[in-house]
Amino acid sequence: MNLKNFKINLSNKNKGLIPQVLTVLFIILAVVYFTINAQNNMGNRGISFGFGFLSQESSFDIAFSLIDYDGSYSYARAFLVGLLNTILVSAIGIFFATILGVTVGISRLSQNYLISKTAEWYVEIFRNIPLILQIFFWYFAALRALPLTVDSINFYDISFLNVKGWYVPRFIWTNFSLFFYSIIAAIISIFFVSKYAKKQRDEFGKQIPTLYISLGILIGLPFLTFLLGGVTLSFKIPELTQLSKTIYVYQGGVTIIPELISLALALSMYTATFIAENVRAGILGVNKGQKEAAASIGLTKSQILKLVVMPQALRIIIPPTTNQYLNLTKNSSLAAAIAYPDIVLVFAGTALMQTGRAIEIISITMLTYLSLSLSISIFMNWYNKKMAIKEK
Amino acid sequence: MNINLIKPNKENLTNYVSIGGFLVLLGFIDFLANTFFNLNVTGFLPERLSYFMPIIFGTIGLYLIRIEFSGNRLLDKINTNFNSSNFNAILSLLVIFVLIKFVPPLLNWFIFDADFIGTKKEDCTSGGACWVFVKVWLNRFVYGMYPDAEQWRINAAFLILFFLVGASFFVPVKFKKYFLGFLLFIYPIIGLKLIGGGDFGLKYVETGAWGGLSLTFIVSAFALILCFPIGMFLALGRRSNLPAIKYSSIGFIELWRGVPLITVLFMSAVMFPMFLPDGTYVDKLIRVLIAITLFEAAYMAEVIRGGLQALPKGQYDAAKSLGMGYWRMHFLIILPQALKLVIPGIANTFLALVKDTPLIFVVGLLELAGMVNLAKTNPKWLGMAMEGYVFAGLVFWVICYAMSRYSQNLETKLSTER
Repeated sequence: MNLKNFKINLSNKNKGLIPQVLTVLFIILAVVYFTINAQNNMGNRGISFGFGFLSQESSFDIAFSLIDYDGSYSYARAFLVGLLNTILVSAIGIFFATILGVTVGISRLSQNYLISKTAEWYVEIFRNIPLILQIFFWYFAALRALPLTVDSINFYDISFLNVKGWYVPRFIWTNFSLFFYSIIAAIISIFFVSKYAKKQRDEFGKQIPTLYISLGILIGLPFLTFLLGGVTLSFKIPELTQLSKTIYVYQGGVTIIPELISLALALSMYTATFIAENVRAGILGVNKGQKEAAASIGLTKSQILKLVVMPQALRIIIPPTTNQYLNLTKNSSLAAAIAYPDIVLVFAGTALMQTGRAIEIISITMLTYLSLSLSISIFMNWYNKKMAIKEK
Repeated sequence: MNINLIKPNKENLTNYVSIGGFLVLLGFIDFLANTFFNLNVTGFLPERLSYFMPIIFGTIGLYLIRIEFSGNRLLDKINTNFNSSNFNAILSLLVIFVLIKFVPPLLNWFIFDADFIGTKKEDCTSGGACWVFVKVWLNRFVYGMYPDAEQWRINAAFLILFFLVGASFFVPVKFKKYFLGFLLFIYPIIGLKLIGGGDFGLKYVETGAWGGLSLTFIVSAFALILCFPIGMFLALGRRSNLPAIKYSSIGFIELWRGVPLITVLFMSAVMFPMFLPDGTYVDKLIRVLIAITLFEAAYMAEVIRGGLQALPKGQYDAAKSLGMGYWRMHFLIILPQALKLVIPGIANTFLALVKDTPLIFVVGLLELAGMVNLAKTNPKWLGMAMEGYVFAGLVFWVICYAMSRYSQNLETKLSTER
């Protein structure tokens, strides 16, 4: 009997063991096989694996950079330029996609037939056209139809739009760091104010107008630095200058290149459709009884929206919307198609062509995106756990 | 609050409606005259005020006709749908005015001023869209660089596919299993052989020459068929009790979901050959298919996992109590129910897949969007980008919209059971 039991135990154990061992073995074999091949191939081409190339001089130029960069900087610096450009276009895209998405999402629920239909068609049209096609459309078709530099579209003589890009005034700051710190200080103090307000509300049932107070702090504190801290701001308006007989350029301002405009436009318009659907689902997801219950205990309309509907709607809206932000960031890699110098174009494109280090460069690029999305999904898991309805 | 505004009431319904209607009409006349005849009726007013006059007239007019329960059906309908408050009235007017302003020029460009007849760019003279471009290049847009004489093979492959799909509805239930198996596993190979050629007296056409819309369909169809089983096993793996399998599945799924498709395609183009023995050459299209399949399989796995999680635990217990093993339980009891639950998710994944196919331009394969890119740089057809992209966008839109509608239908059709 002992023997029989032993046999059954063994077979049960084996049942789980064999597939696991096979899986691990398969993975190890695949990795070993690929590594050996990669070593052979690299040996044949006379290159050795390593990340030393990152400190070498890159000797290529990048059309658009947020930090100082030219060919004499290293590959690591080029990577940073690309990463910053990716972050820039993602941030712009996220900002506009949120505004547009929330507007469209709320419009879809409007009683107004025209408004809700317009919003619905907006979603149906822009969601069902591939993003890359929208980027191509804006870049190769729409923005190419803009006038030449000489007869740019003029916005009140301070900003100019033409086929070469959008020229906006340059901000010239003195004591910018003080201004910057004041904004950070304002954000920190708003955090404490809202914490205090929440405590007051929870303990004494007192309502403190947090929104107005925080707006006041956010505007007032930086404004004070202008008055007291010696911070000044002046604008340098772009001016049309003639370089040669036929070549005109705007100088002095900041140039927003058409690649950035079209990419940001397409990304925000495409992602806005998904955000709009999330917003709609979130608002529809709040039970009607919740609103009625809130009204029956005498809350005003704005209180109902702020204290009852929004907290519950946001719980539904935020997780998928963060997912969309992540998608937007990943989709910004399509920049490579229109030569906006993002991380894929600069690093996985130009740098790879120059160095030929396919394995290192592609792994760095993928790891960058991977760490970005993993950190966001870890944050989301934490947030979901925190926000989950705690049943009593 | 008692503001002494004229409050429209039911007693003087006809008066209010006629005055209000007149004002709205006035606003529209002002706007129409402005847009179409360049005639500023309210030009005597200050510039800014004159500009907003149609809105002001319209808003006042709509305010006057906003009478609840007027008894007139049409009026009530207008009031509830377009005119429930001042804010809504202004919004409605704005939407109507914007539509009037922008739709006619767009239509003119699109149809009325467009050129359809001709064979070269110079035939486009009327100032609208030059659809001649699309007409001339249509063959390339659909078949890519595939040789003209061999195009019947692509047509035949797709026609047989449609025929087989159509026939599958009439096959007796007994043979349906085998028929579907043939359709899903044998026919793709036949189709590939038919299009690729090389044997049976068919001329070999290298995959670099494939392209256009047909390539879009080929890539999406193969990626869908292949990613589905992989995704299913990954989903099962992720929910497995065996740690080695569970964590390798999680790692695989999160790896692909964390990176953009374009880097995966880059990887398949430049990094993948480094991992193979020297001298091995894997066809470009196959590499792309592997990359897209693995990428979409990760997304499919998450969709299917959602379905698996939604099933009540009783289903598992019931299956186990009948003495079913792991595989029989999953294939006979769990998966059929789970997959039905996530049909919308599967459809969305497929939709995303179709929308992602243009990205294969990264490795030099040109499907529809890529062919438009190529055509617009042709020296004889410069400046045709708008027409090309509008056409490609329209084609993709029709495909995607039809698919999303179909999945919505499927969802409602199948949800009646519960």
